[in-house]
Parts: sequence; structure tokens; C-alpha cells
Amino acid sequence: MLPGQQLIDFSWIGDHLGQIAERIGQHLELTILPVAIGFLIALVLSIWAVRQPIVYGPITAVTGVLYTIPSLAAFAVLIPITGLSLVSALIPLVSYTLLILVRSIVAGFRGVAPEVLEAAEGMGYTRTQRLIRVEFPLAVPMMIAGLRLATVTAIGLATVASIIGGDTFGGLGQLITEGLQTFFPTKYLLGAALSVVLAVSADVLFVQIERWITPWARAPGSAG
Amino acid sequence: MESSAGRAATVEFDQVSKRYGGSAKAGTPAAVNDLSLSIPAGRICVLVGPSGCGKTTSLKMVNRLIEPTSGRILLDGVDAAGRELTELRRGIGYVIQQTGLFPHQTVVENVGTVPRLLGWSGARIRERSEELLGLVGLDPAKYSRRFPSQLSGGERQRVGVARALAADPPIMLMDEPFGAVDPIVRERLQDEFLRLQEELAKTILFVTHDIDEAIKMGDLVAVFEIGGKVAQFGTPAELLASPASDFVARFVGTDRGLKRLALSRVADLTLHAAPTAVVGSDAGEARRRGLAASFQFVLLTDPANRPLGWIDAATLPESGPLTEALANPTSPFVNKRTTLKDALSLLLDSDVQVGIVTDRTGAVQGLVTVDMIAERMREGHIAPAYLVDAPPGAPADPAE
Amino acid sequence: MDSVVNWFLDPLNWQGSAGIPNRLFEHVSLSGAALLVAALIGLPIGLFIGHTGRFATAVINIANIGRAIPSYAVLVIILPVSLQISPEYGLNVIPTFLAMTLLAIPPILVTTYAGIREVDRDLVEAARGMGLREPQILGRLEIPLATPVIVGGFRTATLQVIATATIGAVVGGGGLGRFIVDGFSNPSLPAQLYAGVILVAGLAIGLDIVLALIQRRITPRALRGPLDRWAGPAEQASPADSPGMG
Repeated sequence: MLPGQQLIDFSWIGDHLGQIAERIGQHLELTILPVAIGFLIALVLSIWAVRQPIVYGPITAVTGVLYTIPSLAAFAVLIPITGLSLVSALIPLVSYTLLILVRSIVAGFRGVAPEVLEAAEGMGYTRTQRLIRVEFPLAVPMMIAGLRLATVTAIGLATVASIIGGDTFGGLGQLITEGLQTFFPTKYLLGAALSVVLAVSADVLFVQIERWITPWARAPGSAG
Repeated sequence: MESSAGRAATVEFDQVSKRYGGSAKAGTPAAVNDLSLSIPAGRICVLVGPSGCGKTTSLKMVNRLIEPTSGRILLDGVDAAGRELTELRRGIGYVIQQTGLFPHQTVVENVGTVPRLLGWSGARIRERSEELLGLVGLDPAKYSRRFPSQLSGGERQRVGVARALAADPPIMLMDEPFGAVDPIVRERLQDEFLRLQEELAKTILFVTHDIDEAIKMGDLVAVFEIGGKVAQFGTPAELLASPASDFVARFVGTDRGLKRLALSRVADLTLHAAPTAVVGSDAGEARRRGLAASFQFVLLTDPANRPLGWIDAATLPESGPLTEALANPTSPFVNKRTTLKDALSLLLDSDVQVGIVTDRTGAVQGLVTVDMIAERMREGHIAPAYLVDAPPGAPADPAE
Repeated sequence: MDSVVNWFLDPLNWQGSAGIPNRLFEHVSLSGAALLVAALIGLPIGLFIGHTGRFATAVINIANIGRAIPSYAVLVIILPVSLQISPEYGLNVIPTFLAMTLLAIPPILVTTYAGIREVDRDLVEAARGMGLREPQILGRLEIPLATPVIVGGFRTATLQVIATATIGAVVGGGGLGRFIVDGFSNPSLPAQLYAGVILVAGLAIGLDIVLALIQRRITPRALRGPLDRWAGPAEQASPADSPGMG
């Protein structure tokens, strides 16, 4: 903070609403894309792991190592290879979601009661029918829980991407980094505050989504 | 409207064995050992035995959740092994102890599972599901939209039975279907299911470890012993009257004389005629009639012949009308479907050891006494009439 | 690749305040201190709400929101405050340390709570019936049984703290993140950037494996899953973590 500077300069915010909105839009893109890609990959890996339990250990070990690498290091490592492109941010962000999603999806499938599976088999479901009509819907609550954690994680890590990527990736992290570089607290505090609001909103949103799409999990006894 | 009655198939186990542990070499312990059973169409066959005796394995080989190591299972004479797996299973009702209801589907969706797999129209599935809910005693208007988590244990089992019946399968497999509910609910479910079966006449394989349930539910009972062998196969009466081995005798229990009473109903007895007198009729006449008989009581009834209570003939006035105030209403009522076991326990519990037998309208049919039931036990042959022409089963040789 | 090897072989990079040993020491000591403070706060609260069940929903909901907050955001939100407190250290150690501590509390607290709650309530009831006092139940029954889960929380917190310490370099902090930030801002030093990445990733993965081994060692054999030999960082993405959010 420079001497004599106000902590929050509201007139600056008023003058830059367009830019701020653009940053929020970029941040959403940096969140939704990797979570969506990560979910598709994780779903394939999970179904594989459920059908052949022996691969679950190796899958979680590899995705676990990816998850363990500190974010700044992960973003930095790809710049010389993929250059300053969106891919450099997407690859680490996707890889961070994998462990979370694989674990929750597999837990969802494994959580389906064995007698439900046996009943389905005994009534003449084919394996694919059983997967789509019984196992998948019953794994949804755990999938949503995984998506919730993955999304919140991606929102947080996407802010870090701007430290390395500069304005290539944009997003709210760019507001923070620019604010720090120019010693302008309004900008970095705004970026930080908005990323917090985004993360908490996403968290709450997913709790609501889970309630909407799993009506059977609501409190027993209430007549439907 | 679908008809739920009339379709049943024979089930025949022909030298069926199941061994686990990779190879089917001799020497590996068998879960099921050379099982041969013939179950006629429309009958309930109970597979009973201690845990680990292979009864559930035998059941699951019928819908091929488990494939036999050797031998054949014939359904209406056709080898199950030759049929397409899902088509076979969709034609066999399957009820399990933990119900296996789909938690994410409503009751009506659960019941419609197999019809949906068979590609019925939505309207037909809905109509059939609601019909079945009614059949198992659940009001469709109240229960259709509920999820399994919103049902009691007994209600879940009913939905499980309805779901198994949905596509009107000729065969039903029931694996301890009432094992997870409390004894009172279990008994009610058993009674309801027996009543249902009178209409449906399905061929039912029913697994239980409870010998009382086996005797109550089974037209035929196969007693399994450890090692996957059938120790005895026959009617409940045969099992109780002449156990084929010590194992069967022990398994059936030392109280098998009493258990046999559960196999006969009051309707099987020749009832005493009841000395009735209609309310309002002449008391003097009733008194004379009562005092002349060895049993000097008169049963007062209303004009529709429904019992109001006993009157000691000696206390009756010489003349005047009979009034309800004279009658003592404490006397056990039984109906013709009451088992002799239940009738006996009712009679032993009451002050007046004479039971009044009534029909469906409540009208007096006659009287039953403890002596009559004891006499019946001494006669030995307690067996329901329909078993007289029971087809020859394939009783296993207990010496084997 | 050669240049990275050369960078590691250069004795200059092993000396002084900007050398590998000192940066590693900064990174580890700051992380350790933050974990210690977070444990001093998170453990007692987690044990209390886990054992008594009191205030649990409120505390867990707050902690879950805390877990949702981006670490970079926490770091810079603290910045103006720490500059007020100490203009001298306000720009490096203090915001990083505070952010790391704040971010480490929720995983420790939530898993401690979850670990205690997972202990069979019938077992606790039986212990109470045998006359154990509440602190004895906690000390002899609940804590030993919950320890593997709690260690899982420390694994998560450790990852979080190591990563945040790295980002701390952006606001002028020391630690291994310096190699990455300096290497990046000076395009003539690509080897330093890569060396930083290797050091940071190696530290995080190494610590995680050590904690995983500890976690496995202290898990009673009967409770070990066949496939969990090294199943990645602990902590299930389980909805059980968040009772009645929202």
C-alpha cells in the first residue's frame, strides 16, 4: 500500500465493472472446463476400477501424486512445454480434480448395497442396464459430493494460475496479481473477495443440487 | 386387467451339484451334492436347513445367479441352462430377505421393474403395478409415490413380493422373504401370502432356516443337511410323522406332535352340533332341552344365528322369553380356517373349554373341544385333503 | 535437462541465504510452525465437538466454508492487516504464516471430529457402562481409534501448508517457492524454475508418503483395506464430512 492510499477505492470499482465482470467470466471458464473434463476422465477411470478392482490402487496412486504437487509448481512446469496457452492451466487443474472425483465416484458405486445389485441381476437386468439404471443413479450423491469438492478446489487453484500465466489465463487471480504488482489494495482485495464468494457460492449450490436430484435421500417418513 | 392366476410351471432338479474352488474335482467339498427334486406346478416347496447347507445355492441355480457344476434344472421340462439368461430371469419372480428394493425409485416404479424391462407400455405398467399393490395389501393411492426409505420393514417386503409378481411369472424364488421382520409382522405376512397363493397358484421355491415357517408355508419340504444333501423330501405331515433320520428328527424338533396340529384346521374336524336357542324364544323349552343333555348349557344366538353367549340351563326360568342379559359372553371363537394348534391354545387359555366355530358371516357352525383335538392327534394321520393326490416326489435316500 | 542437473551441481546454489538448504529450512520450519499452531487450535476443538456433539453442526459448517476459501485469496486478504502490524515483516513471513495456519485448521478440525464420531457409539456406551470417566473414554477409546483418520487430516493439512508456503514467495516470502517465482520472472534462469518445481514437488510427495506410512503403521491390521497401500492423500470426498451444510 502506498502512503496516503485508501484501502478500498470504491470509485475505481465503479469505473471498472466491465473488467471485473470479464474476470469473473474467465474464472468460471477456468473452473467449469477442468471440472467437466476431469469428470469425464474420472468417470471412465472409475468404471474401470469398479469392474477391475485391481486397478484402483494404481489409479489413486498416480492421481494422488498429481494431487500432491503444489499448485505453483504444477503451473510452472508446463509453461516451457505448452507455452502460455490455456492448456498450461487446464492440464494441472484437470489433474487436481482427478483424485477427488475418482475416489468419490468409486465410493458411490461401491456404496450400492449388494442386495440391490443381486435383485437387479435376479430380475434380468443386463450388465449395462444395471449400470445405467441402478448403479449410476445410486452413485449420484457421492458424485455430487466429489464435484463439489473438485469445483471448490479448482476455483482456488485457478487463482494461482495467474501468478505464472499472467493475463493468458485471466480470472480473478489476475486481479490479485496485478493488484500486488501495482501495490493497489483495492484490486487484490477485490479479486480475493470475489474468489471467496465464488467458492462459497459453488459449495452451497452443490448442496442444493444434490437435494434436488436425489429426492429419495430426503428425510424418511415424509410422505412423498 | 392382467390375470394373476393360473400360470405355473414345474421345476425339476436333476442330479444337480455345485462345487466351489476352481475345479470340480471329486474331493472338493460340495455346496450342493447330487440334488434331485421334482416340484409340481402351483405348489410351494420349502428348502429348509441349517446355514451353509446349500439351500440358497440351490435356489440361485434356478435363475442362474449361480451356475451348477453338473446336472440339469428343468423348468416345465426345458433345461434352464439352454435359455437366454436375462429372458430366463425376467420370467422368474425373485424375492430376497433384504428386499433389494431400488432406493432411488418410488414404490410404483420398483414394482414396474420387470414389465419395463419387457417393454410394456407405460399405462399398462402403471395399471399392473397399482393392481399388485392392492393385491399385497398396500393402498396404491397412499403408497405409489413413496420411496422405500419411507416404508416399514413389513411394507417393504410386500413391495418386494409385488415386484416379483409384476410380470406374472410362473415360478417364484423366495429367499428368506420374511426373515428380516419381527415375529408378529412375519406371521401376518405369511398368512397373507398363503391366502394370495390360493388365488395365484404359482410354483414357489421358498428358502428358510426356520422349521416352523417351513411347515407352515410348504406343500412340500426339502430338509437340507450340511454338505448340500437333502435329508428328507416330503409333505410337512410326512416329515413330522416319520422323520427319515436322526438329523431330520432333531431338526424338526421334539415338539413335532404339537407342530402337526398346525397342519390341520378346524374345518378338518367333525364338529359337535351346538345346542342353540334364538333370543326371544321360549326359555322353558330351552331349559328342558339343556337339562336333558349331558352338556347342560345352551348357546344363545341372534336371529342371524350369530352367537351371543352361553346360558347354564339350570339357571333358566320355567317360562318367558330368552334375553341377552342371561348370556355369559366369555367363550373362545374360532373359525374353520383356524389351525388346530391355535384352536388348542385358545381353548386351554379360556375358562370355558369349548370353542364356538363360526363361518365367514359369524354364524354358528358347531363346537370344538380339547378332547376332539386330542383325539385327532392320536389318530395320527393329520394331513390336508389336497395332499392325498400329491404327485410322487423324489425323496432322497437318507441312507446315502 | 542438463542445465537443471548443472544447477543442482553448482555449489553456489547450496550456500547462503538463497541456497537450497536455507530455502528448504525456511519452507519446512514455516510449514511446521503453521501446522503446530493449527493443531493446537484444531485438535482440541475437534475432540470437544466430536466427543460431546455440542456445537458440532455450526463448527463443521464454518470449517467447511473455511476449506472452500482459496489459499491465494487468504494470503492477500491478510496482507493489509499484517502490513499494519509490522511494516518490516508484514510483506513476507507474517501473511504467509497466518494464511497457512488458517488454511490448516479446517482439515485438522473436521477429520478429528469425523474420526471421533466414527467410533462406534455402542462401544462408547459400553465403556461408559463399565465405569470409565469421560476423559478416559476419550483418551483410551476414542482417540486411539480415531488416530488413523486424524493423521489423514494432517496429511491434507500438510499438503495445503506446503503449497501455500510456495505461493508465499509471491508476496515476498522465502522458501522453495522463491526458486519458481524468481526463475519465472527471469527468463534467463529456466533451470532455476525447474529445480524449484522438483524441490517443491519432491518435498510435498516425500512428506505425503511418510505420513501415509505412519498412517498405515498406526491403523490396526484388522481395519486395513486390501487396496489402500498407498491410496493417495487421505481424506475421502465424503458427504459425511459436512453434516447438514446449508
